[in-house]
Amino acid sequence: MVVYWVIIGIVVIVVGFFWVTYNNLVRLRNQVKNAWAQIDVQLKRRYDLIPNLVETVKGYMTHERETLEAVTNARNLAQQVSSSGAGTRAKAESELSSALSRLLAVVENYPDLKANQNFIALQEELTSTENKISFSRQFYNDSVLGYNNKTQMFPSNFVASMTGFKAGEFFEVTLAAEREAPKVSFS
Amino acid sequence: MILVIVMGAILVLLGYFLGLSFFDNAVFGLVIALIIWVVMSLLAYYQGDSLLLTISGARKINRDDHPRLYNIVEEMKIASGMEKMPDIYIIDDPALNAFATGRDKNHASVAITSGLLQKLNRDELQGVIGHEMAHIKNRDVLLMAMTSVLLGTIVILAWYGSRFLIFGGMGGSRGRHSSGGGGQAQIIIIVVALVFMILAPILAQIIYLAISRKREYLADASSALYTRYPEGLASALEKLGASTGQLKSANQATAPMYIVNPFRKKGLKFSDLSSTHPPISERIRILRGMAGAAYNNYDESYRQVHRGGRGIIPGLSLVGTPVPLAETPPSLKVEEPSEIQRARETSSALRRVNNFTSITCECGAVLKIPPGFKGDNVTCPRCHRRHAVSRGF
Repeated sequence: MVVYWVIIGIVVIVVGFFWVTYNNLVRLRNQVKNAWAQIDVQLKRRYDLIPNLVETVKGYMTHERETLEAVTNARNLAQQVSSSGAGTRAKAESELSSALSRLLAVVENYPDLKANQNFIALQEELTSTENKISFSRQFYNDSVLGYNNKTQMFPSNFVASMTGFKAGEFFEVTLAAEREAPKVSFS
Repeated sequence: MILVIVMGAILVLLGYFLGLSFFDNAVFGLVIALIIWVVMSLLAYYQGDSLLLTISGARKINRDDHPRLYNIVEEMKIASGMEKMPDIYIIDDPALNAFATGRDKNHASVAITSGLLQKLNRDELQGVIGHEMAHIKNRDVLLMAMTSVLLGTIVILAWYGSRFLIFGGMGGSRGRHSSGGGGQAQIIIIVVALVFMILAPILAQIIYLAISRKREYLADASSALYTRYPEGLASALEKLGASTGQLKSANQATAPMYIVNPFRKKGLKFSDLSSTHPPISERIRILRGMAGAAYNNYDESYRQVHRGGRGIIPGLSLVGTPVPLAETPPSLKVEEPSEIQRARETSSALRRVNNFTSITCECGAVLKIPPGFKGDNVTCPRCHRRHAVSRGF
């Protein structure tokens, strides 16, 4: 009689553990997906802002045709590869970032532009979008870390391997690109 | 968590003694205490946030009213991983403060005084908003609402209980039990009950404040984790600490929701047991002592400031991977509006939520038309051009 109870107890514990762990894994995986979508939203937002920026700046910057074209081209390229893998994408995005920072560096020479209300508003949007991109990347990487820990650590790794949870991929930006992130500083 | 349970136990004991001394039935008293608590909790749960916002005179803003504030809140929303954007409110008050409210992540609001909005730069504002978002994310708003209701129930029950016991209860219960031994036991129970009724509110208050302070530390740590830049919050707290303007619309019950104690006075050190918030200087020292942005860095810094002892962050079981601090202040990336520009920005946001219309004149002046304006034309004070006033209804 006692043996039966012990067996039943063990079965209940194992099933309970499996249940809770599986649900946790699903929750974490969804969080990772969600975080990835958040990065996407912000990158798209940047694509949308750039034509506006170029349009506003064009009238003032008569001698910077090349810089403006570089930004537009980088933006179009980044948008084209936005559905491909994380590696290609990160490269295109970092090129866009450096083109943008070159553009914003020459703004310094145009005091009229700096006083333009439209430009000031755009600049705020652009800075904030850069921040949002880095915050969403930060949250994505944190989520991936938590998820990967769960899939690789004992004892939840048993449940993960049995039900096919694979480790997620971090969103790394090359350090060079990071350093060149648009510096919208001109006092 | 343990503290909340202790507080609940105080309520249960209080109900027990009340029942015993008035109805000779402990269960009855217990039931009454619990019913009062449940009713008040439900009220606080569903009406608390709108009540708080109404009392404080906060005005809701949207993206166009104050883009910078909206963006910062959205940045922190993303960093904290919240799914829904909280509502943003501005309180027209020169005092420096901010608070968060809302029972869960989907019904959340952050409110900030116009004074604070003008005083802080982008990094500092980010730190403060991060702190408020942490209150929402950690569900502190709910916790503090529940515990303050618990406290309120205990105070009310103890107050009425002790009055009844002193002025009427004794005679009544002695009349019913006239046998010698029983009467003596009755007196002992009444004395114990009386002592407990006097002590219960004091104990509950102390516990309540301890919970509040603990959650403040946690929110600071979370803010540092979200922004990866604790210096922002530290320098915001410095500005907050230097000002002593008291918030007109705050009261004792809403105090734990603010970023700093709204009743702080100059020269008084709030390190004692009687404050909802830890002393600001200590919070700044902990934030500045952080070697990384992770929770364990905050915990280490806390222990250093307190010279050993136990940490403050609950559930620090995992030794997380190191989280580096941001190398440069995020604000270096953007041209910061000056304090005058920020003041202008804030007042125009307030005017917009108060239904002012604005007309931009060709000379560059912006005319602000109050909602009650009667005439059809207005003259620009600078260049004397006339403008037609159109009212959008």
